[in-house]
Amino acid sequence: MSMTATAAAAKRALAADLLSTPAPGGEAAWAGKARAAAAARLGAMGAPGRRDEYWKYTDPTPLTKGAAAHGAVGFESVAAARLGEGPAPEGVEVLPLAQALAADLGFAREIFGALEAAGQEKVARPLAALNTARATHGFAVRVTAAPAAPLHLVNDAAMAHSVIRVERDAALVLIESGAAANTCLEVDLAPGAALHHVRLQEGATAPVATHVFARLADRAQLRSFTLTADGALTRNEVVAELLGDHALAHLGGAVLAKGASTIDNTVFITHTGLHGESRQVFKNVVDDTARAVFQGKIFVRAQAQKTDGYQLSQAILLAEGATFSAKPELEIYADDVACSHGSTTGAMDEEALFYLRARGVPHAEAEALLVAAFVDEAVAEIAEETLAEAVRARVAAWMARRQE
Amino acid sequence: MLKIADLHVKLADEDTEILKGLSLEVPAGEVHAIMGPNGSGKSTLSYVLAGREGYEVTAGSASMNGHDLLALEAEARAAEGLFLAFQYPVEIPGVGNMIFLRTALNAQRKHRGEPEINAADFLRLVRTEAAKLKIDAEMLKRPVNVGFSGGEKKRNEILQMAILQPRFCILDETDSGLDVDAMKLVASGVNALRSPERGFLVITHYQRLLDHIQPDVVHILHDGRIIETGGPDLALKVETEGYEGIIGAAA
Repeated sequence: MSMTATAAAAKRALAADLLSTPAPGGEAAWAGKARAAAAARLGAMGAPGRRDEYWKYTDPTPLTKGAAAHGAVGFESVAAARLGEGPAPEGVEVLPLAQALAADLGFAREIFGALEAAGQEKVARPLAALNTARATHGFAVRVTAAPAAPLHLVNDAAMAHSVIRVERDAALVLIESGAAANTCLEVDLAPGAALHHVRLQEGATAPVATHVFARLADRAQLRSFTLTADGALTRNEVVAELLGDHALAHLGGAVLAKGASTIDNTVFITHTGLHGESRQVFKNVVDDTARAVFQGKIFVRAQAQKTDGYQLSQAILLAEGATFSAKPELEIYADDVACSHGSTTGAMDEEALFYLRARGVPHAEAEALLVAAFVDEAVAEIAEETLAEAVRARVAAWMARRQE
Repeated sequence: MLKIADLHVKLADEDTEILKGLSLEVPAGEVHAIMGPNGSGKSTLSYVLAGREGYEVTAGSASMNGHDLLALEAEARAAEGLFLAFQYPVEIPGVGNMIFLRTALNAQRKHRGEPEINAADFLRLVRTEAAKLKIDAEMLKRPVNVGFSGGEKKRNEILQMAILQPRFCILDETDSGLDVDAMKLVASGVNALRSPERGFLVITHYQRLLDHIQPDVVHILHDGRIIETGGPDLALKVETEGYEGIIGAAA
């Protein structure tokens, strides 16, 4: 066998191993089918391997061994996905995933596994297929109004899968947190619908893999921001398709990595409708021997004229051993579009640091001020000021801890 | 007030000596000008006094009010009352001018064991001083020096000086990039701060700034040393004879 054939066989064998825990029972027939289809997808594509192009900068091995892979075992009896404080806001129906999959719930049926499957079109995302095949916790959420209060999902199960439908002209602020090792969020936005997603990932001790799959109809808007602070290994994939015309997707991320953390943000935006606007702004602050990775792709189909795509990934390296790897990609088949990308990596701006110190600002405070300013371009993507302030406070606390 | 004795300085990663035994004393209440041709060591002197990294003092001393400046971090020098108006003020994207001013002022007050200034007093102070320098509210809201013209940057330096009320001010080529009107504005800002307790060191290549900020003493710096010291007339001599005549006479 050739090397490639051997590697492929190993990936399939590992996939079979990942699927060795049985699929949950007692679900509706449609759910069982979706589970089986996801298992078949995973079986065919195989587990992620070190030689996969899509895993060029991040070794997936810890993710195929840990709780991200075998979430069902021993973990879920003590922890679960739950709602944060307070009831769900008005105009928001929330059902635990298990209930949704046992019922004949129209929107859940249309979304569960379907958006994930669509998101596999260009690139294999095996850990997402695994999640669809095996996750038992999570929520099915349907939004029919535009409440001001946010919905807070806490993913403390090892594997969590949530489906969200925001109906026509409705809107939701969704906060996600928790220690889940493998999460999958499928988001279906009807015409004029808006989802504002803010996610906090802080200090996970186990490796974490997350996926967001979003489908946007006409005028739909997705704003998603993730703060990732430290942790062992975090891989966040966001896959969004702007199907309708005049849709908008703004994705932001702030990465604070120290110690031996690896934090990887991988984004794939597909423009299908006319006049789509997408924006990616990712800021990475990397210390010690930590690693930050950004892979961002803007894929513009031939019919997606007047697309406006923008991508920015930047890193400040605070130590000599820190690294940042960026892979910006544009693949454009339409001829009337404006797409741009930029990526920079550098040390702390010594000129600015001296200027601040020459005005009496102590070194540590000056560094914190510069880091906050650097990260803020991404944090500013959060429209809810209280949430943005909460994120800023976490950035400040992270810098303060660094000085201890 | 400021006392520099036999100061020798080289770049940290090169052997070339830039300051070669510079001695200078500025008593409180006086304005001293340092003039010199390009490459004489003017900017190195200002940076070494302010505590910028990348320079190595190989001999000599520099003190302010008896404090050994060279033993202090840059921020401690500032808190002790040393202020450098930069020749090239640095742009800091993302940090608003007001936040910057308040952070700096409060850091210095904290260092001196004083309480933080309250928000209302701070606003009043900044508005008053900014108005004198014709700095509008919009400029104060923008990130530090980002998108400022050359003149706006220099006025912003003087604003910082007015807010921080330092005991000793070094102006490094503050006239560079200024038109006559801007220079008058900057000079009147500096003149307003002149007091019997405060000293100034005005570093400049040209005499014209000294028409507006009248010095008590003028020093000529050449090749890392003060080669001549005199009254305001010395600046006029530079203007008429150029540096070469003075350097030739001193050699």
